[in-house]
Amino acid sequence: MNDSKLNFALAGNANVGKSVIFNQLTGLHQHVGNWPGKTVERAEGTLNFEGQEIDIIDLPGIYSLSTYSIEEVVSREYIAVEQPDVIINVVDASTLERNLAFTIQLLELEPRMVIALNQIDIAEAKGILVYPEELSEALGVPVIPTVAVKGAGLTELVNIAITASKNAPAKHMRYGAEIEDRIEKIRDNLVADTPYPKRWVALKLLEGDEKIEEIVFTAQPNLKTLVEEEKSCIEEIHGHEISSVITSERYAMASSIAYNVTSHVVPEKNFKDRLEEVSSHPVLGYVVMVVSILTVFYGIFSFGDWLAGVLDMFFGFLKEAYFNALGTTNASTFIWNAVVDGFIGGVVVALPYIGPFYLVLSLLEDSGYLARVAYLMDSAMHTIGLHGKGFIPVMLGFGCNVPAVLGARIMETEREQLICAFVASLVPCAARSIVIMGLVAAYVGFRWALLLYVIDFILIFVLGRIAYKVAPDEPVGLIMEMPGFRLPSAKTSFQRTWFRLKLFIYEAFPVMIAGNFVIQVAASLGLLGIVEGLMSPVTVWWLGLPSAAGVVLIFGVLRKELTLILLGSLMGTTNFATILTPVQMFVFAFVVMVYVPCLSTIAALVKEFGYRKALIISGVEVGVAVVLGGIILRVLLAIGLP
Amino acid sequence: MSSASVEEYLEAIYSLNEKGELAKNQDLSEKLKVSPPSVTQMIQRLAKEGLVLYEPYKGTQLTGKGMALAQKVVRKHRLLEVFLHKILKLPIEKVHEQACKMEHSLNDETASALCKALDRPEKCIDDDPIPECILDVSDCDECEMARSKSSEHPLVTQLSNLKQGEEGKVMFIRGGRHSSKRIQDMGLTPGTYLRMVNAAPFNGPVEVEVRGSSLALGRGLASQIFIEVEDEEQPWKRTHPHGPHHNLQSQS
Repeated sequence: MNDSKLNFALAGNANVGKSVIFNQLTGLHQHVGNWPGKTVERAEGTLNFEGQEIDIIDLPGIYSLSTYSIEEVVSREYIAVEQPDVIINVVDASTLERNLAFTIQLLELEPRMVIALNQIDIAEAKGILVYPEELSEALGVPVIPTVAVKGAGLTELVNIAITASKNAPAKHMRYGAEIEDRIEKIRDNLVADTPYPKRWVALKLLEGDEKIEEIVFTAQPNLKTLVEEEKSCIEEIHGHEISSVITSERYAMASSIAYNVTSHVVPEKNFKDRLEEVSSHPVLGYVVMVVSILTVFYGIFSFGDWLAGVLDMFFGFLKEAYFNALGTTNASTFIWNAVVDGFIGGVVVALPYIGPFYLVLSLLEDSGYLARVAYLMDSAMHTIGLHGKGFIPVMLGFGCNVPAVLGARIMETEREQLICAFVASLVPCAARSIVIMGLVAAYVGFRWALLLYVIDFILIFVLGRIAYKVAPDEPVGLIMEMPGFRLPSAKTSFQRTWFRLKLFIYEAFPVMIAGNFVIQVAASLGLLGIVEGLMSPVTVWWLGLPSAAGVVLIFGVLRKELTLILLGSLMGTTNFATILTPVQMFVFAFVVMVYVPCLSTIAALVKEFGYRKALIISGVEVGVAVVLGGIILRVLLAIGLP
Repeated sequence: MSSASVEEYLEAIYSLNEKGELAKNQDLSEKLKVSPPSVTQMIQRLAKEGLVLYEPYKGTQLTGKGMALAQKVVRKHRLLEVFLHKILKLPIEKVHEQACKMEHSLNDETASALCKALDRPEKCIDDDPIPECILDVSDCDECEMARSKSSEHPLVTQLSNLKQGEEGKVMFIRGGRHSSKRIQDMGLTPGTYLRMVNAAPFNGPVEVEVRGSSLALGRGLASQIFIEVEDEEQPWKRTHPHGPHHNLQSQS
C-alpha cells in the first residue's frame, strides 16, 4: 500500500448528514457501486487536501454494529477488517444521545477516530447546545463542530483527521466491573484467530453475536462453556438477557455523556414543527401524502414521457440517417436491430424515468419526508407482507417497474428487498396500461379494463402473501427514526443521481443489449417461426390466441407497449375487432400484463439480486400468467362471452 | 367511588373497545345496569384520573393507564372463569357472575399463580383472549420468582395501547431475539422513558419520543414492548436528566 495515501471512512446513524459531508469532500471524484454481492450502495471518492491524497468511503447509515441488517454487516466488516486509517464518526448534535450509543460501539473496535459534530444549527434551533470540548474530553477523541450543508468546519475536520491518522488509536469505553471483568476473562482465554480486535470479539461473544460465535466456536469449541457460564452470571446479576444488559449499559453511558455536554433552552414552536405535525397527522397526513405523491409521480412520468419522446425522435432521425447512408440491406437492418436497438431501448425506455426518479428519491430521503410516508402506509403494506417503506417502490411501479425494482433496496434485509422487488414487478406499469387501455378498454369496454386491474391487485396481494410465507427468515417490522424536516442539498442530490445513473448504465445495459441481440439473431435465422410452432400448444390451445401471439409475446419482453403494434403488423390490421374476439383480447392483455417483466426490469432484477433470483421471479410470473390466462379464458367462455 | 366499581367500568369499556368500537354511554348504562346520568358522572371522573378518553357524542376509550388497569381485571375475570368451569366444573351460565365478584378481591400474585396452575390458558371459555401476562419472564418457569416480588404488580401495558401524549417507562420486550435486539439498538432499552407522540390510524405504526428523538414503530413491534404507565417516582413529572424532558436551564 502507498504510505502517503490515507484512507478515511465516514460512519454514523442515518439522517445525520454523512452523505452531504462525503459529497462536499469528494465532489465529482467519486465512484458509486455495490458492496460485493450485496444490495447495498458503496460510495467511494478521493480528496486531494493540500497535496495529501485521501480515499474516502461513505458507509451506510446504521444504528448498531450487530448483524441485523445487511448494511450493519457490511459496515462492521469494513471497519474491523479493512481498518481504514481514520473513522470520521458523523454525529447529529440534535439527537446526541442515540448517536453516541453508536459512537460507543465504534470505539469498541478501537480505531483512530474523529467526530464530526454535525447539524449544530438544527440542534440550536431545537434549543440544544452541545459543547464540543467537553464531548471530546468525555470520549477521548477530537470533536469538530460542523454544518455540512454549508461546508462549515469541514476543512478543520480533514486537518484534524489527518493528524489523528498519525496518533494512537482511540480507547474503548468501560462497562460496569461485572461486565468488564468477564470480557477480560473471555479475552484471555481466546486463542482462535480472527481478523477482529480481541476485546471486541470477547464482548460480541458475551452479547451472543451469531456471526462471531460461528467463527470462534468452530475454531475453539471449548470456549463455549466458559462464555455461557459468564453470560448466565451477568444475567443473574441484572435479571435481564445479556444482550439487553449490554445495550442498556451502552445507552446509559451515552445518556450520561449527552447530559453532561449539553444544555437546553426551550425553543419556540416554529413553522417546521407544524409541518412535521401535519405530515403525520391521521387525516391531514394522508391528504398531504396523496398530493405530494401524485405531484412527484406526475412530475417524474410527464418529464420522463417528454424526454422519451424527444429521445425517440432523435433516434428516429438517427435511424433514417443510418439507412440513408448504408442503404436498406439485410446486413444493415440486422446490425441496427440487433446491436443499436438494444441500446436505444435502454436509453428511451429506462433512463428518462430512472434519472428523475433517482433525483426525487434522493430529495425525498434527505428532506425527511420519506419516513413519514412509510409511517402512514405501514398498515396498508402489511396486507401484502411488507412494511411501510415498501410503499414507495410499489407505487413507482405504476409508472415503470425499473425504478420500482431499484427502489426496493430501501428495505433493510435481503428478504424484504426481494419480496418488495417481486411485488413491484407485478404492478402494471405505464407500458402495460397502454396495452390494457388500447385493447381491452377500447374494444371490449372500460369495465373489463378495470377488471384486469382488479385481478392484478388480487394477484399482487396473493403472490405477496405467498412470497412472505415462502421466504426464509424472520419478517421485519417497521422501526425507524422520524427525522425532522430539513432542506435537502441540491448539489448532493444531483451528484448522487448522476453516480447512481452511471452505475445503472454499467450494470443493466449489457443485459438489455445482449437480450435484444439474442432475439434479433433468432428472428433473422428464422427461428421464431419454429418457436411459434413450439409455443402454439400454449398460445393457441391453452390460451386460445392466434398463433402469431407467440412471437408477439417474445418481442413483448423487449418493450411491452410494442406488443400491440407488433400484433397489428403481424395480423395485417390495427382494427383489432376484426382479428380478435373480446375474450381473446382480454386474455391477451392479461398475459401481457403478468407474464414477465420487460427486459429492462429483468436487467434491474439481475443488477440487484443476481441472475438466479431474476430468473426465478420471471419464471414464476410466466407460469402464473399462462396458467391463469387459460383459466380466465375458460371461465369467460363458460359464462358465455364471445 | 369504590375501586370495584372503577374496575367494573374499565372492564365494560374494555370489552366494548375490544370489538373495535368506542364505548357509548348508553351501552355502558345497559351493560352495567346503572342510570345514564351516573355513567356520565363516572366517565368524567375516570377521564380526570387519566384512565379514559371521552369524546362527547362518540364515546369512551381507554388510555394506556386505563388499559393497564382493565387488562389486569379482565385477565383475572377470564382466568377465574376458566378455573370455575374447567376445574370446579361449574356450568357455564353460572361462572360469569361468580368471576365478577371474585375478580376484585384476587390480588395480582394470586392471579399469576392461578394462570400457572391452569397451564397458562390463552383463551377464555367463550373464546375471548385472556390479556397477556405482564411479568418480565421469558417463560412460565420464572413465574413464581417474578410474581412473588410483591402482591400487587405494577401497571403495565403494551406500547401500542398508549394514547397520544401519554408517557411511560420501558419494562421489558417480549418476542423474537432479532426484533427485540433491534428495538433496543434504537434506544428502547428497559428503563427508558418515552412519550407517545402519535399513532397512525388503521392499526398503523406509532410514533414515540425517546432519548430526544422521534421513532416510528410498526404496531406489531409496538405490541411487543411492555410499558410501565404508572411509576411510583413518576420522573417525567419532575425534571429529570434522562427522561424525555431534559433539565431546562438557559445558558448564555
